[in-house]
Amino acid sequence: MLVTGVSRHLGSRLVSVLADDARVERVIGVDTVPPRKELAAALGRTEFVRADIRNPLIAKVIAQAEVDTVVHLNVLATPGSAGGRTAMKEINVIGTMQLLAACQKAPSMRKLVVKSTTAVYGSTPRDPALFTEDVGPRSLPKSGYAKDAVEVEGYVRGFGRRRPDVTLSVLRFTNFIGPFIDTPLTRYLTLPVVPTVFGFDPRIQLCHEDDGIEVLRRAVAGDHPGIFNAGGTGVLLLSQALRRLGRLALPIPSPTVNAVARAFRRAKLVDFSPEQMRFLEHGRVADVSRLQASLGWAPRPTAQAFDTFAAAHSGARVVEAAAGAAEQRLLELLASGNSRVLGA
Amino acid sequence: MPEAERGPAEMGKVIPLDGGRAARPPEPEPLPSAEDATDWDRRLAGALAFLRRRVSGDYPIDDFGFDPDLTEHVLLPALRPLYNSWFRVETRGLDNVPDEGAALLVANHSGTIPVDALMTAVALLDHHPAARHLRLLAADLVFTLPVVAPLARKSGNTLACNADAERLLSDGELVGVFPEGFKGIGKPFSERYKLQRFGRGGFVSAALRTGTPIIPCSIVGAEEIYPMIGNVKSLARLLGVPYLPVTPTFPLLGLLGLVPLPSKWLIEFGEPIETASLGGPAAAEDPMLVFNLTDQVRETIQSTLYTLLLQRRSVFF
Repeated sequence: MLVTGVSRHLGSRLVSVLADDARVERVIGVDTVPPRKELAAALGRTEFVRADIRNPLIAKVIAQAEVDTVVHLNVLATPGSAGGRTAMKEINVIGTMQLLAACQKAPSMRKLVVKSTTAVYGSTPRDPALFTEDVGPRSLPKSGYAKDAVEVEGYVRGFGRRRPDVTLSVLRFTNFIGPFIDTPLTRYLTLPVVPTVFGFDPRIQLCHEDDGIEVLRRAVAGDHPGIFNAGGTGVLLLSQALRRLGRLALPIPSPTVNAVARAFRRAKLVDFSPEQMRFLEHGRVADVSRLQASLGWAPRPTAQAFDTFAAAHSGARVVEAAAGAAEQRLLELLASGNSRVLGA
Repeated sequence: MPEAERGPAEMGKVIPLDGGRAARPPEPEPLPSAEDATDWDRRLAGALAFLRRRVSGDYPIDDFGFDPDLTEHVLLPALRPLYNSWFRVETRGLDNVPDEGAALLVANHSGTIPVDALMTAVALLDHHPAARHLRLLAADLVFTLPVVAPLARKSGNTLACNADAERLLSDGELVGVFPEGFKGIGKPFSERYKLQRFGRGGFVSAALRTGTPIIPCSIVGAEEIYPMIGNVKSLARLLGVPYLPVTPTFPLLGLLGLVPLPSKWLIEFGEPIETASLGGPAAAEDPMLVFNLTDQVRETIQSTLYTLLLQRRSVFF
């Protein structure tokens, strides 16, 4: 079994789960950089191969180890982690092409699991309330991660046509959330004052990091061919999420949003790309019933997943404390007023 | 979720945010009775609980972004004076709307701004025995507008598309649709109460596929709130809106011209047209059946409109 992108959060956690599973004969982790120390400790018996999937070397690894299952997690969401948008696009698109080329040549291949994203649906005001897997997006994403993901899915489809004997699962994950994971969304939500788009309140759907691992594990262990939306049921509104976190929102007029996002990117606060800014206007929700039916298991609802994150970041609940104090004062005031009236 | 468990009788009740000052009966003497004080406390506690829920983000939202807590306690109470005192809406045939389960309400559209949709929603929440929430299907323009877009979602509306309509109907919701769309709401005053083309019959296919009854709904009064005597097409195109109305008061009186004329309203809910027995999803693939059903609904609404107009004594009373 070969897993790409193991030096990052989800990848390293997935291989540590797989390494504990006795049914898995051998786990090979691939990434361009070795995993950080604290993550490396959890990898167990995983063999780490420092290789770039953009390089034909990956084919040798697959052929020599007679890999039967490939889990492709190495589609990056942020240019920062790759060292720029050009490198990110290369890793995402060229890397996938190389990996698929290697898989196609390997007679031992039985299963391919690809992590994609619901960002492939885009985010416009003309979208249906919930996206199903069969619905094409109203407008194809034109930039960044979402565009890469659309292209990656295209190549994966091509691979599926050429190797119909390989079980192919494409998992379109929603945004991840949880106490430990570090994504542009979690960084955004933990800003001291959170800038939002004035006059919009997007619906957001989340997947708990542990549930994401479990979905991947089940997809690897079982036989689930097809495309699946993966995430929690239900939604939170951005305003509601911020209230649960006790954060203050700072509404910014829509025309200046891109300039503000650029400033935040430059200040290395949040790595938000333009299509993610549109997500902050219109949101995006996917129908996850197909995944539930196929796996016989469901990730926890969005609100519950979010609450684990909120509990981990409960330090700065400014709003709640102030509101509690105000309510207390008001009640005392009224109680004294009431007793005066009744006593008179 | 205390909201969902509340009985129907209490459902439409206002819990005023001002602590019930407005609802307090005038007292001849300054001393309120003890009972009155407890009532006062109860209202205050309700309002505080509401505020606490809002501040901590602890309220349910459905997949469409519908926020029943906000709708029942803030959005609809804000519309209630308009409904009761300004338009003095009278409803008929509310018992044609089922107490539970899915139904598709099809209505005529008019009035330049979709006030008719809002008033129908107030009618069903306040005056229907089961206090039903009307889930409206709105034009995509609504969801591109800042401020309006999130309010539309929070009050339970969603985009007019087949996927959303069928999903809501399968969930057993009461769905409202205005098939005339912009052709109806943006028509000149001279064409008042003349129904426009009913789209492509998408609403009929949605009803057929889910086997839900269609309830024709006729609204009289909305045509006169902003009588549209002109349309600045070039400016409308520039602003990206389907029409830019000129009424006798707008833009002549500026913001004051935005006050709707206080016409007298009648809303009649007609007898449900059953679709469950017509053949289910297969019937939705039969264009002739869809066209016939669309025409039947359209003609029912048109003839009801004429009857209601005869019953109304004048435009304003």
